[in-house]
Amino acid sequence: MRNPYRTQKIAFFFLLIATLLIVIPVGIIVLIIIEKGLPAISWEFLSDIPRKGMRAGGIFPAIVGTIYLVSGAIVFALPIGVLAAIYLSEYAKDNLLTRLIKLAIVNLAGVPSVVYGLFGLALFVVFFKFGASILSGSLTLGIMILPIIITTSREALESVPYSFREASLSLGVSKWQTIRHIVLPNAIPGILTGTILGLGRAAGETAPILFTVAAFYLPQLPSSIFDQAMALPYHLYVISTQVPNVDEKTRYGTAFVLLAIVLVMNLIAIIIRYQFRKKKKW
Amino acid sequence: MISAKIAIKNLNLWYSDFQALKNVNTTFVANKISAMIGPSGCGKSTLLRTFDRMNDLIEGVRVDGQILIDQENIFDPKMDLVKLRKKVGMVFQRPNPFPLSIYENIVFGERIHKSNLKRDQLDESVEISLKSVLLWEELKDKLKKPALRLSLEQKQRLCIARLIAVKPEVLLMDEPCSALDPQATARIEELMRELKNKYTIIIVTHNMQQAARVSDDTGFMLLGELIEFGHTQEIFTAPKDKRTEDYITGRYG
Ligand SMILES: Nc1ncnc2c1ncn2[C@@H]1O[C@H](COP(=O)(O)OP(=O)(O)OP(=O)(O)O)[C@@H](O)[C@H]1O
Ligand SMILES: [Mg+2]
Repeated sequence: MRNPYRTQKIAFFFLLIATLLIVIPVGIIVLIIIEKGLPAISWEFLSDIPRKGMRAGGIFPAIVGTIYLVSGAIVFALPIGVLAAIYLSEYAKDNLLTRLIKLAIVNLAGVPSVVYGLFGLALFVVFFKFGASILSGSLTLGIMILPIIITTSREALESVPYSFREASLSLGVSKWQTIRHIVLPNAIPGILTGTILGLGRAAGETAPILFTVAAFYLPQLPSSIFDQAMALPYHLYVISTQVPNVDEKTRYGTAFVLLAIVLVMNLIAIIIRYQFRKKKKW
Repeated sequence: MISAKIAIKNLNLWYSDFQALKNVNTTFVANKISAMIGPSGCGKSTLLRTFDRMNDLIEGVRVDGQILIDQENIFDPKMDLVKLRKKVGMVFQRPNPFPLSIYENIVFGERIHKSNLKRDQLDESVEISLKSVLLWEELKDKLKKPALRLSLEQKQRLCIARLIAVKPEVLLMDEPCSALDPQATARIEELMRELKNKYTIIIVTHNMQQAARVSDDTGFMLLGELIEFGHTQEIFTAPKDKRTEDYITGRYG
């Protein structure tokens, strides 16, 4: 006879292996970046402009550029994404067109980022004549993360129980008011998740900003959204491949800062989410 | 005839091509409890949802005929749905308070309907509403507590209080006790008797004893038709229709 406990043990073993296979490489990467990057971190590194052909000095303009770009992308993509999600999940009739649109949005999330870069170049830089600028870069990144925000927001909205809407409507509250006061507040944790994912992706991508905003070397801070800017991922690419004889320390330090920014953003959102979770349970 | 709060005339309803209500005609009287009974799937909930036009939300629903509430046809294109739903409130099978505090649950509707309400007006309405569902003494010190932590019975009472706060005239209850134990059920029934002095109550129930206990009038439905409607006592002791008798004596499922 087969021993059910043995089967269970074997199953657990393989599940554990699979989990470790995922966790260990990520852990190793993070550890290496911390180990090699942390020594580079100093006040000067964080607050100074790059000097000596980017072999010395700091990465301040790249940090600021990345923050500008990510903020711009969110300012653009979050409202549009949430409104689109509300339309799709609450108002659109379930017909072929709607289903096609939903399918298209899900697939857009998988489009390679360089394609968004080219799109941004054609539309914002050339056609709208924004030039290579923070505006063009933010809009391009915004468009890239829209599908993520729409898809996760839609799921969040749809997971709000129908019974809440029913109760609200039966009190004579209109559909929009119901969405505004019942559905949306309860969907916020889910919407935040989408925003986190979007933020992380926007901060880390190089290809979409390559043609639309990124400056190879720009030792001063941008003064308006029509200026070019440096950005961390592109700067990392530049000092790793385009400039000879850059210290390993500087490169890993840059990677460390990029990683830290993404992690801190995630952390903030996780905390907000947790606060919401604690308050609202159904 | 005494004042008919609600009159249904030749009401038919289709879900796409399935006819769920077939030529229903009847009247509901103010300040009485009317019970709708019948086997599962006969259209009781569907009928209840036509009174506040919640069926409008379901795609593919088609209605013809008339429902007059206070002489006003609710299917009139000029009918104001917000007004209708304030007047006609629904209590659901599963108690469904919002994930807000007890206080916020009760003032939710009022807050949206009237802007710039004063704090003490809201406080007063919370007190009145909770008193009318006999929850005030129990909860008056816990108004800031989340409503989702209440017991099922308290939740259901809270849902009724939430309705009462928007000053309805008709209360629709779709199996309001089916999630409750017998003691809680008895207390909710007691509450219904109390409430009928102010409201017109229509209750859907699977529990025939409950219908017999609380209602003044009873309607028996079968496969979308209203077979018989009359005084509860007559329906239960001397039904006119053979099918009603079969159902009441337990010969149907
Ligand atoms: N949204 C819907 N779409 C299509 N058909 C529906 C829908 N809702 C209900 N029906 C059908 O209409 C008929 C009546 O349903 P209804 O829910 O009104 O019955 P009920 O008498 O309330 O039953 P129960 O006692 O089980 O609650 C059933 O045959 C049901 O399958
Ligand atoms: Mg039902």
